[in-house]
Amino acid sequence: MSAVWIPPVLRASVGGEKQVAVDGASVRELVSGLVTRFPTLKSQLLTEEGDLNRFVNVYVNGQDVRYLAGLDTPVADRDEVRLLPAMAGG
Amino acid sequence: MPKSYADLLREARNQVAEVTPAETDALREGGSATLLDVREDSEWEQGHVPGAVHISKSYIEQEIEGAVPDRNARIVAYCAGGVRSLFAAQTLRDMGYTNVASMSGGFQQWKSQGLPWSSPVVLSSEQKQRYSRHLLIPEVGSAGQAKLLDSKVLLIGAGGLGSPAALYLAAAGVGTIGIVDFDVVDLSNLQRQVIHGTDRIGEKKVESARRTIANLNPDVKVVAHDEMLVADNVDRIIAGYDVILDGTDTFETRYLLNDAAVIANIPVVHASVFRFEGQLTVFQPYEGPCYRCLYPTPPPPELAPGCSVAGVLGVVPGIMGMLQANEALKLLLGIGDTLAGRLLLFDALDTTFTELKLRRDPKCPVCSEAAVAARAAGKPLAVATVGADEPFVLGSVAGFGAPGARS
Repeated sequence: MSAVWIPPVLRASVGGEKQVAVDGASVRELVSGLVTRFPTLKSQLLTEEGDLNRFVNVYVNGQDVRYLAGLDTPVADRDEVRLLPAMAGG
Repeated sequence: MPKSYADLLREARNQVAEVTPAETDALREGGSATLLDVREDSEWEQGHVPGAVHISKSYIEQEIEGAVPDRNARIVAYCAGGVRSLFAAQTLRDMGYTNVASMSGGFQQWKSQGLPWSSPVVLSSEQKQRYSRHLLIPEVGSAGQAKLLDSKVLLIGAGGLGSPAALYLAAAGVGTIGIVDFDVVDLSNLQRQVIHGTDRIGEKKVESARRTIANLNPDVKVVAHDEMLVADNVDRIIAGYDVILDGTDTFETRYLLNDAAVIANIPVVHASVFRFEGQLTVFQPYEGPCYRCLYPTPPPPELAPGCSVAGVLGVVPGIMGMLQANEALKLLLGIGDTLAGRLLLFDALDTTFTELKLRRDPKCPVCSEAAVAARAAGKPLAVATVGADEPFVLGSVAGFGAPGARS
């Protein structure tokens, strides 16, 4: 199980939780597990082709998966995964 | 047995090695020694060796450990003629400093041999009092304070982030503070925009901020840009500033500012807030990532509502704005490590700070080598524009207003 940190704008889609525990050996499996459980997340995280939307960053243990292996980045048990879209407020 | 001055001087000469000004300059150039100016403040202000640390002889015992903690560091003390520095060096030896010399002939001989020296900006007695807590910190000191007084910082927005940042930068003595804001003070701003006040409702934010700053610190010149930052004016507005603080609340402005600041090579201290959370980083052009490296395309409006739509705990932009001021001061003073390449996340409910690593995007359409080359050739690379994405349907995020309703 890995803890996926849900940013504030997406929390309403996961029942208000800040962290969701999901099973999966890669970012792809985690995201897929998430959108299966919380279908409204799908259009927010993924493009129609199934890629990560460019405005959502995903970090595994503080590292941007775009510079690791993207959706195929491996995730081990107890790794910390963060979804992070940009914020506008000032 | 009583000792005469001549006896004391002879003793000091026997105990302390002496080096010539030329030898001292070679050590200074090589960066292998700390030069310690032990003269009085008034002498220091009339000129000193560049890079020297200044501690008057009467404060040596109290201050040397703070300025030079390493007892084995190479120190060359100097005064005006080479006598006081001998006695100062003796004191340092008594305190356990093992590698101390005195410069023979002192600063007079240094100058007469045509070696480099500089005269610091002289702070007025009122400024010395106002900034005394800065002057006590070796990393700031009078040279650093003079640097701040000579610095120009531009705040984009005098709102939740810009208010605390402006107050602390003004208090710190940043000599010129530019403020870009076209808005007027509204009652709903006062829950967090602490540079304004109830008596300012309806007043232009730039004017309100100018009045508060003038009262806080008359050393600060406020340049009011009472206009919206747009493509037509961004280059003109940001020109000449040393550091920019991004405290806007729209993606349009954030991307516009990023692209212009990268081209103008001005660092941007970025912060944004949402309800109980904030993000903070420094975009140092060509050294660290830029905003487009971090977020290549803007999210749809529904996924990034501003404070007027989603709300924010007032203290969150307060904390983030002060952290922006901290980053700006470090950039101006050239001290410490900035957040360039690191994204700091703050969660007010858990009181946690989390750090994420940021990288430059080698394919960035604005700050990559290819982007620089394309601009030089007059054919800038295409960038994603705000609002150009497909309409974004998001039914499940409760409590947010209509797309585009941001401020």
